[in-house]
Amino acid sequence: MAEKVLMKGNEAIAEAAIRAGCMHYFGYPITPQTEIAAYMAKRMPKIGGVFLQAESEIAAINMVYGVAGTGLRVMTSSSSPGISLKGEGISYLAGSDLPALIVNVQRGGPGLGGIQPSQSDYFQATRGGGHGDYRLIVMAPASVQEMADMTAKCFDLADKYRMPAMILADGTMGQMMEPVVLPEPTDYDKNKPWAVTGTKCERPHNIINSLYLQPDELEKTNFERFERYKQVEENETLYESFMMDDAEYCIAAFGIAARVAKNAIMAARAEGIKVGMIRPITLWPFPKKPFAEAADKVKAFISVELSMGQMIEDVQLATGCKKPVTLCNRTGGMIPSPEEVLAAIKSVAGGNK
Amino acid sequence: MKRITLFAGHYGSGKTNIAVNYALNLRANGKEVIIADLDIVNPYFRTKDSAKELSEAGIELISPAFANSNVDLPSLPQETYKIVQDRTKFAVLDIGGDDRGAYALGRYTPSILEENDYEMIFVANFYRPLTTTAAEALEVMREIELAGGIKFTAIVNNSNVGADTTPDDVLATVKRAEELSKISGLPVIFTTAERTVAETLKSALGNIFPLDLQKKLF
Repeated sequence: MAEKVLMKGNEAIAEAAIRAGCMHYFGYPITPQTEIAAYMAKRMPKIGGVFLQAESEIAAINMVYGVAGTGLRVMTSSSSPGISLKGEGISYLAGSDLPALIVNVQRGGPGLGGIQPSQSDYFQATRGGGHGDYRLIVMAPASVQEMADMTAKCFDLADKYRMPAMILADGTMGQMMEPVVLPEPTDYDKNKPWAVTGTKCERPHNIINSLYLQPDELEKTNFERFERYKQVEENETLYESFMMDDAEYCIAAFGIAARVAKNAIMAARAEGIKVGMIRPITLWPFPKKPFAEAADKVKAFISVELSMGQMIEDVQLATGCKKPVTLCNRTGGMIPSPEEVLAAIKSVAGGNK
Repeated sequence: MKRITLFAGHYGSGKTNIAVNYALNLRANGKEVIIADLDIVNPYFRTKDSAKELSEAGIELISPAFANSNVDLPSLPQETYKIVQDRTKFAVLDIGGDDRGAYALGRYTPSILEENDYEMIFVANFYRPLTTTAAEALEVMREIELAGGIKFTAIVNNSNVGADTTPDDVLATVKRAEELSKISGLPVIFTTAERTVAETLKSALGNIFPLDLQKKLF
């Protein structure tokens, strides 16, 4: 069915996951991502899949760990405080080299925070969130269509590199309704030589494990894992370059912030200010190269974020601090308006630091 | 014309938007109107978003205290009883989505049935993923009837894909609305569309109800 439908971002993720072959969902309700669980609760029983509302987020992520060990596609979703609870399980998934999809529809924090949109889990998502040396593939959708497309993409990448992937959305992406063309249902390769599916007395046992008591052995697995991460960085980095050809100023923004920034960029250009944007689509791996290249061309960067400034550190690192990077932000569930971003552009373009 | 008009349907089918427009329309025709938000499920996109417009039009809004407060607290205020007790006014009821949303209606069902002066309208948007066919829509209808304890009496075709909906998008769903009418035995009392789209559809579709949409932010 290539017909467009009208969906909430949360519903788009759920339906796209089913179409990517995910037949197991474990979760626990939390605003603003509850529609993912509600959709799964309605659909999974009709298609022979499993929807299970766990007793807690911690239980849910460990159920994900169990299914992931069998090589089947599996997902969980939550919002900020719930993702913190899942942190231990995510680390175990990474430490056992298991593919899985974790969706974070962020809300304001820290603590229990509020139910309005936020991007303040950037550090948590891109630096791991749980303990130990590991990475997650992190994708940041900026439309309901991307919520659907990135779900399919995350499952593919997670399988390919045997690592958990995360969709880092926010309350607006989860709640807003837009027309979307859903990806066609696809099958995936379930024959994973490492999966625990019963030996039938034909092969040695596979073991899913993240415990390595010999430090040299643990070091070796970490080195090997990071070789794979290097491959991900080389092959899977994604970004959108928006009006950067003649840009003198560069905005860095992802997700809903990038949508707001586009409005501001059009308004600034109407006033003759040459400003463009690099929108990271993968937050890890971070698109270092386009930012490094832009640092030789533009006069300054502005990081637009729904946080106290988290991605700004990656922009500073990627640009080697060659040019000033300023922050335009709201936090706690507030969204910067196009007017606020325009004012930030004017302030930088006007020569005032 | 019935005293109470209830709008129920699938989650995200457009109930709130229609309820607000419908109430404003009643008021413009000189009626005394109460609009009540009975949604205890969804904390976003509520009747209360139009509070200013409704109050300026002289429409009484009954809305849960938690609405738009960012608190997830499923409760309804005592004023909600006005919709069944004050029979001098027309009442428009915005019911929460799906069967889950319709449970809250059950509290008022006995009085509504006893007075027997209501229209229970199923809002259908065939572009919503779980109600793309008449059969799927009928399933949702039955679930809501069970939860709320009231049978539907009419259907409104509110098929749209958001702000970018074209007249052709609306026309493409007419057959499915007729099919739903056939298998449910209920009339499609009108089709809705955003005001400018509705204008171009007037000749093709006799009974069209124009909607003023809430502002798109980004």
